[in-house]
Amino acid sequence: MKDSYVTSDGRTIGGVLMDMRGITLRFGGVEAIKNISFDIREGEIRAIIGPNGAGKSSMLNVISGFYHPQEGEVWFRGAKRPTMRPYDVARQGIARTFQNIALFEGMSVLDNVMCGRLTHMKTGVFSQAIWHGAAQREEVENREAVERIIDFLEIQAIRKTPVGRLPYGLKKRVELARALAAEPKLLLLDEPMAGMNVEEKEDMSRFILDVNDEFGTTIALIEHDMGVVMDLSDRVVVMDYGRKIGDGTPDEVRGNQEVIDAYLGVAHD
Amino acid sequence: MFYREAGDFKTSYEADSQTFPIKFDRYRFWAVLAVAYLVIPFIINDYWANAILVPFLIYTIAAIGLNILTGYCGQVSLGTGGFMAVGAYAMYKLMTAFPDVSIMIHVILAGGITAVVGAAFGLPSLRIKGFYLAVATLAAQFFLVWLFNKVAWFYNYSASGQINAPERFVGGIAVTGPNTDAWAKYMICLVFVTVCAIIARNLTRGTMGRKWMAIRDMDIAAEIIGVNPLQAKLSAFAVSSFFIGISGALFFSVYLGAVEVGEAFGIQKSFLVLFMVIIGGLGSIFGSFAGAGFLVLLPVALKVIGVDLLGWPTDIVAHLQLVIIGALIMFFLIKEPHGLAQFWRVAKEKLRLWPFPY
Amino acid sequence: MSADFLYGIEVILNGLMAGVLYALVALGFVLIYKASGIFNYAQGVMALFAALTLVGIMEGQVPFSHLINAVFGTEIHHFGWHVPALLAIFLTLCVMVAFAWAVQKFIFRHLVGQEPIILFMATIGLAYFLEGMGDLMWGSDIKTLKVGLPQGGSRWIEDMTSGLGGDDFYGFFIDKLDMVATVVAAILVMCLIAFAQYSKQGRAMRAVADDHQAALSVGISLNFIWVLVWSLAGLVALVAGVMWGAKSGVQFSLSLIALKALPVLMLGGFTSIPGAIVGGLIIGVGEKLFEYTIGGMIGGATENWFAYVLALIFLVFRPQGLFGEKIIERV
Repeated sequence: MKDSYVTSDGRTIGGVLMDMRGITLRFGGVEAIKNISFDIREGEIRAIIGPNGAGKSSMLNVISGFYHPQEGEVWFRGAKRPTMRPYDVARQGIARTFQNIALFEGMSVLDNVMCGRLTHMKTGVFSQAIWHGAAQREEVENREAVERIIDFLEIQAIRKTPVGRLPYGLKKRVELARALAAEPKLLLLDEPMAGMNVEEKEDMSRFILDVNDEFGTTIALIEHDMGVVMDLSDRVVVMDYGRKIGDGTPDEVRGNQEVIDAYLGVAHD
Repeated sequence: MFYREAGDFKTSYEADSQTFPIKFDRYRFWAVLAVAYLVIPFIINDYWANAILVPFLIYTIAAIGLNILTGYCGQVSLGTGGFMAVGAYAMYKLMTAFPDVSIMIHVILAGGITAVVGAAFGLPSLRIKGFYLAVATLAAQFFLVWLFNKVAWFYNYSASGQINAPERFVGGIAVTGPNTDAWAKYMICLVFVTVCAIIARNLTRGTMGRKWMAIRDMDIAAEIIGVNPLQAKLSAFAVSSFFIGISGALFFSVYLGAVEVGEAFGIQKSFLVLFMVIIGGLGSIFGSFAGAGFLVLLPVALKVIGVDLLGWPTDIVAHLQLVIIGALIMFFLIKEPHGLAQFWRVAKEKLRLWPFPY
Repeated sequence: MSADFLYGIEVILNGLMAGVLYALVALGFVLIYKASGIFNYAQGVMALFAALTLVGIMEGQVPFSHLINAVFGTEIHHFGWHVPALLAIFLTLCVMVAFAWAVQKFIFRHLVGQEPIILFMATIGLAYFLEGMGDLMWGSDIKTLKVGLPQGGSRWIEDMTSGLGGDDFYGFFIDKLDMVATVVAAILVMCLIAFAQYSKQGRAMRAVADDHQAALSVGISLNFIWVLVWSLAGLVALVAGVMWGAKSGVQFSLSLIALKALPVLMLGGFTSIPGAIVGGLIIGVGEKLFEYTIGGMIGGATENWFAYVLALIFLVFRPQGLFGEKIIERV
C-alpha cells in the first residue's frame, strides 16, 4: 500500500498510526476476538462495524488498554506497545468515548472537560496547595485550551451546569469534548450516535468530520447506522463472531458477499 | 441585600475560578475572618473555648481531612480515630524528644507522619472497593489503637499508659499544658484551621481535586482519561491523613492535654467525624465546618435544654442524643446527601434571583 | 500426648465455638445483603436490642419508664408481672418484625437505588438510633438474661478427657453454653437454608437477590420480601442476642459482636451463607490460636484486631472473599 495519499475530498491520509497484528482475546473459554489484524492510518476515519456481539467494543477496549489480548501485538506510531494500563495508553495520546456515557456525574461540564486535560497538567501537590504561581498559570493555560474545545462543540451555555442534569444528546457531546480536550493522536468513539434522533446524528456527524478536518485527528469509530458509517468513514473493518470478514473502503465492503450474509443472514442447508 | 452576580463580570479565568465568585460572599468571608481573629480572642472565656470553639475548630480539621477522602475521592474510611491517634502520639514523641523545636513544626510533622501511615493503610484501596474498603479501614482503627496501648515506647513507659502534653510556648505564650489561656488555645487552632481550609480548597479546585472526583464518580472512566488510580487514591489517603493527623495532634496537645488512646481515639471518634462529614455535606469544605459545628453544638444544646432546663437525668439525655444523631444521619442520607452545605447552596441560589425567580 | 498440645486443641475447640457465634451474626448480614444489597451495620445493635427487649418483657419492665418518669415526675418501673421465657421470646420476635416493617417503611424504601455505600452509612445511623432507643426503652444498666440455658464448664467432658494427657492436664474445659449455642446455630442455619431453597417465599427471596427488576416483573412484592428478610435478620439477631447475652450479660458491649462479624464477612464473601460459616470458624480459631501462640509475646489482647488484619491481607489477594462471586468490571 502506498505511504500516503489524498482523498477525493482533499484530505491527506498519512502512514500507519496504529497497527493491530493477530489480536486474539479470550474470556475464559470464549474467544471474543479471533486473530484479527488491521491498521489505522494517520488522519483517516476508520469504522469498525458488525452485528451485536461481534467483538467491536472488545476491540476498542484492547486499543485503549482495558483488555489485554492473549495473542497478538499492538503497534502504535511505529513501535510495539508493551502491555500497559489504560492511564498510560491515555498518556500516549489515545482518548475515547463510551457506548454508555461515562461522564463524571458529580462535576460540572467545565470540570469534566478539564479532566480531559489531566494528561497535560504537571504541577505538584505543594504548588497546587498554594495555588498561586505555577499551578494557577497551568490552570489558566489549560482553561484556555478547554474553552476552545467548548466553543468548537458549541456547549458554552452549559459550561457550569452539573453533568447529571443534561439531556442525553448533550452528554454525548460533553463526552466528546472531554476526549478532544486531551488533544489525542487517535480518538476512539464507541457508538457516538447510539440513541440519537436524525437531527442529533447530523450534528454529531458534522462534529466528527470537523474534528478530523480541523485538528487532523485520526478517528476510529464503532457505529450501527450504516448510512452514517458509509458517509463518514474512509475505510471500514467488518467483524462477525470475533472474526474479521471484510476490510476496505465503504464501497468495497458494501459489495462483499460475506458481509451481506452476516447482516442479512444466510440460509443454511 | 445586594446578592447579585449581574454586573460582576469576570474578565479572566483566574477570576472565574476563585473561591467566592460573588462579591457579597467575598465581603462576608473577610468579615467572618475578621471576627474570628480580631473579636473572639478578646471575649472568649474558658467555657466557650473548651466546650465549643476549640473542639469545633479541631474537629473541623479532621472533617476536612475525611471529606477529602470520602467526599472528594469517594473512599469511605472508618479509621479516622486511629489516624488521629497517630497524630497525637507522633506529637507526643516529638514534643518530648525535641523540646526546643517550636510546636508549630511538631504539629506539621505529626501530620506528615500520619500521612505516611494513612497512605500505607490506603494501599489496599486499589483492590478493595466500597464498603469492603470501609470495613478494611477498621483494621487500621483497631490495630493502631492496640499498638499505642500495648507498646510502651509510644507513651514513654509512663506508669499510667497515658500521654501528657508538656508545657510549650509560641512566642512566649503557653499554648499547651495546664496554664494555657483560653484565647491562646483558640488562636493556635484557628491558625491551623485557616491554613488547612485554604490548602484543602486549593487542592480540591485544581488538578488534584479533579483526579479525586474522577475516581469517585467513575473509576474506570478516570483511568481511561489518564488518571493513575493508585496514585490518586494514595494521594487522597495521604492528604486526608495529613489533616487528620494535625487534628489529632491538636486534640491531644492543645485541647485535652492528657490522653488515653482507647478512650479518646476509639471507633466512636471515627463515626463522629464521618457523621460530621455526612451531615455537613460530602464534597464540601464549607460542609466540614457546618458538620463539625453542628455535632459539637448538639450535645451542648441538648445538655443545656435537657439537664439544665428540664432537669432530666444526664443518662437519658445522652441516650436521646444517640437517637437524634442516628435519626439525623438517616434523614440527611434520604433527603439531602449533600448535607447542610446543600441547604446553604440552595438558599444562596434562591437569594441570587430573589425577588424575581424567573 | 503432651499437655501443651492438648491445650492447643482446647484452644481450637473453643475457637470453633466462638466462631459459630461469629458465623451466626454474620449470617444476619448475609441474609439482608443478598436480598437487598444493604450492608447492615446495625445487625449487632439489633442483637443487643432484641436481648434488651427480651429481658424487659420477661421482667415486666415498663418501656420508656425512665423517660416517662423524668418527664412526668412519676415513679413507674415495672408492670409487676413476669412473662415466661417462651412467650417472651415470641413477643420479642413480634417486636423485631414490627421493627423490620418500620425500617423498610421509613428508611430503606426511600433509599432504593442508592449506592451501596450510602445504604451502609444509613445503617450506621440506624445503629446509633437503635442503640439510643434500646437504652431509652429499657435503661442502660447491665442485665442478666435467664432463659434456662445451662451455664459453666462441662464437668463431664472435663472428666472424660483428663486421662488423655499427663499429670498437668486436667481435661478440656468447654462451656456448656457454647455447646448449646453451637447446636442452636447449626439448627438455625439449616432451617434458613431449607427455607431459602424450598419455600415459596425463599424462592422469591432468591429471585429478588438476583435481580430486583426481574423479580418485580414476575409479580414478587419487593416490599414484602424486604420486610421478610429484615424480620429473618431480626430472628437471627434475637438468637445471637440470647446466646451472647446469656454468656456475658446484656449490655452495650453485646453490640460490638457486629464488629467481630465484619471480618468474617470479608473473609467469607458477603453473599455466601457457607462463606459466613467457614469464615466464622476460621476467624474464631485463628484469633484464639494467634493469641495463644504469639499474642502473649507482643502484649496480648490481639483479638481486637487480628481478625481485621487477617481479612485485610486476605482481601488484597482475593477481593471477593472465599466464596464470593467473582467481581467482573465492565466498561
